[in-house]
Amino acid sequence: MEAVNTYRSGPDEQGHFGMFGGRYVAETLMPLILELEEAWHAARRDPAFQAELDHWARHYIGRPSPLYYAERLTQHLGGAKVYLKRDELNHTGAHKINNTVGQILLALRMGKKRIIAETGAGQHGVATATVCAKVGLPCVVYMGETDIARQAPNVFRMKLLGAEVRPVTSGSRTLKDAMNEALRDWVTNVDSTFYIIGTAAGPHPYPELVREFQSIIGRETREQMMEAEGALPDALVACIGGGSNAIGLFHPFLDDPSVAIYGVEAAGHGIESGQHAASIAGGRPGVLHGNRTYLLQDDDGQITEAHSISAGLDYPGIGPEHAWLADSGRVKYVSATDKEALEAFQLCTRMEGIIPALEPAHALAYVTKLAPTMDKDKTIVMNMCGRGDKDVFTVAEALGVSL
Amino acid sequence: MSETRIDRRFAALKKEGRAGLVAYVMAGDPDLETSFEIFRGLPGAGVDVIELGMCFTDPMADGPTIQVAGQRALRAGMTLRKTLDLVRRFRKEDNDTPIVLMGYYNPIYAYGNEVFLADAREAGLDGLIIVDLPPEEDSELCLPTVKAGLNWIRLATPTTDAKRLPAVLANTSGFLYYVSITGITGSASADAGVVAKAVERLRAKSDLPVAVGFGIRTPEQAADIARVADAAVVGSAFCQTVADSLDEKGRAKPDCVANVLALARALGDGVRGARA
Repeated sequence: MEAVNTYRSGPDEQGHFGMFGGRYVAETLMPLILELEEAWHAARRDPAFQAELDHWARHYIGRPSPLYYAERLTQHLGGAKVYLKRDELNHTGAHKINNTVGQILLALRMGKKRIIAETGAGQHGVATATVCAKVGLPCVVYMGETDIARQAPNVFRMKLLGAEVRPVTSGSRTLKDAMNEALRDWVTNVDSTFYIIGTAAGPHPYPELVREFQSIIGRETREQMMEAEGALPDALVACIGGGSNAIGLFHPFLDDPSVAIYGVEAAGHGIESGQHAASIAGGRPGVLHGNRTYLLQDDDGQITEAHSISAGLDYPGIGPEHAWLADSGRVKYVSATDKEALEAFQLCTRMEGIIPALEPAHALAYVTKLAPTMDKDKTIVMNMCGRGDKDVFTVAEALGVSL
Repeated sequence: MSETRIDRRFAALKKEGRAGLVAYVMAGDPDLETSFEIFRGLPGAGVDVIELGMCFTDPMADGPTIQVAGQRALRAGMTLRKTLDLVRRFRKEDNDTPIVLMGYYNPIYAYGNEVFLADAREAGLDGLIIVDLPPEEDSELCLPTVKAGLNWIRLATPTTDAKRLPAVLANTSGFLYYVSITGITGSASADAGVVAKAVERLRAKSDLPVAVGFGIRTPEQAADIARVADAAVVGSAFCQTVADSLDEKGRAKPDCVANVLALARALGDGVRGARA
């Protein structure tokens, strides 16, 4: 791995982060991807676009989200001070809205008349349906049948918001298959349709633009930590499915060597069980959904099914920038099992009165290991990227409680 | 690059004054041996060029018919290695019919690009169509493929505008595959008049033969395309015929191979009669 002066300059013009990323899409989509790239570069330089984004962030999403000192949790763990970046307090209950607001504004700029999206846990689907309702554009959300069954409340929310939820019955009937189906829709409706991808993955420029829309998390955290502690945090922790909340928190800190950074993958029943969603720990580089990244796959290059109790982490890949950050060593990727996440879920609920989504419960599970190993004058910021209302049925079932 | 089986076949078709029939079948569907019987029977049933589908778990440009065909092949244990074995067996009895592998990049990447190209050449393969490798990623597999003496066949689509066409034509050889609709395989077919205009547009910029595919199912549709293009490509209809020739447990019925070859014969007759 070659030495780099900065970890924040990627991707290159071809959309590569080192060997990862790129634009591995069908020819039909290629002109659209180039058109999107052009529109995105124009928008990010346009002060009017930035002003509009800021306005929505403040008045619609409810930003800035608080940086909250989790005092009892800190005392319980007996080490570093634990701060939670409260992105679960955003409108629609997760970080996903940061990205859908950015992309819908881009879609409007491009004159697109129809929006499609894929969703796993339903959070991105809800966030997309929400912005579509606000601007009055028709919205189709592709969702795997398996996920529809385990995330019924979010399915109903999307429908209330006026979106059409199309069940995906191919493959493993989860997030990756929903993404395949969204790509098939896009290839068919190229003129009218804008595809709002929910995570920092897919063909260039998606990983970059999603990261930029989510980086507001890290930028706010920097300011808020300076205000609260007069110093940058010593460690950052975030969960990784595709990795958009994590890259949003991490990116503004990548060039601060004093900040240790941890991404937490979903280990499902344990990495050794083979039933997990940890692409870095248990996968190898491959090409899927428009980019090269770490993928769960067999020897023949066939994509294998991911498993996690959290529908939002149940994806056999990871954003390409994370793949690059893993290989470069800047970010350390660890994992937490279903069981550890469930324990952290209950701990946070009881200790702080905050019901986390199962996704950030994975991050919290790692915080419970990390904090006790650090001195009491050190600080950790964990991204509380979603709230757990959507997960109460799943958790009840896992705990053997019938509602 | 020296002349390939594909070049020779299209030159022969031109001499005959007719368009060709390109058949896409999924390797390993519904099982290895049935699939081989279909494969070896295609040239005798009037197929001029064979596209052998490589199964993949996530075929993002394919419609339901080819998706399901790929899943059947995967369930039957198909791999890229076994696909190359089929090509090897085929070549023992037919050294003229061009064979093109069509599919997605990841199985090749997992195999190892250099090793794959060496094995593919040795097996007797002639060209590759890799759906998710656009010109922007040519250094990945396209350039090594050309260097290995195989044809790299690119898809041009209705969204490929004049500005983009040179990039699509660069490094393309053998033939150009025009996707007649914006959409996935097995969708509705395009109007032959619209296709004719698109083919003219491509011919103005390239000397390569133009094959047209997506949405062609019947001998009549194949004939319509054969009047305006150098070849008609049929895929989903073959996969559907396999699907219709399975018993309730998903095993090939005794007439499975015959049904597929009967379709090939009908399509071949359509193509051959088109310009008569």
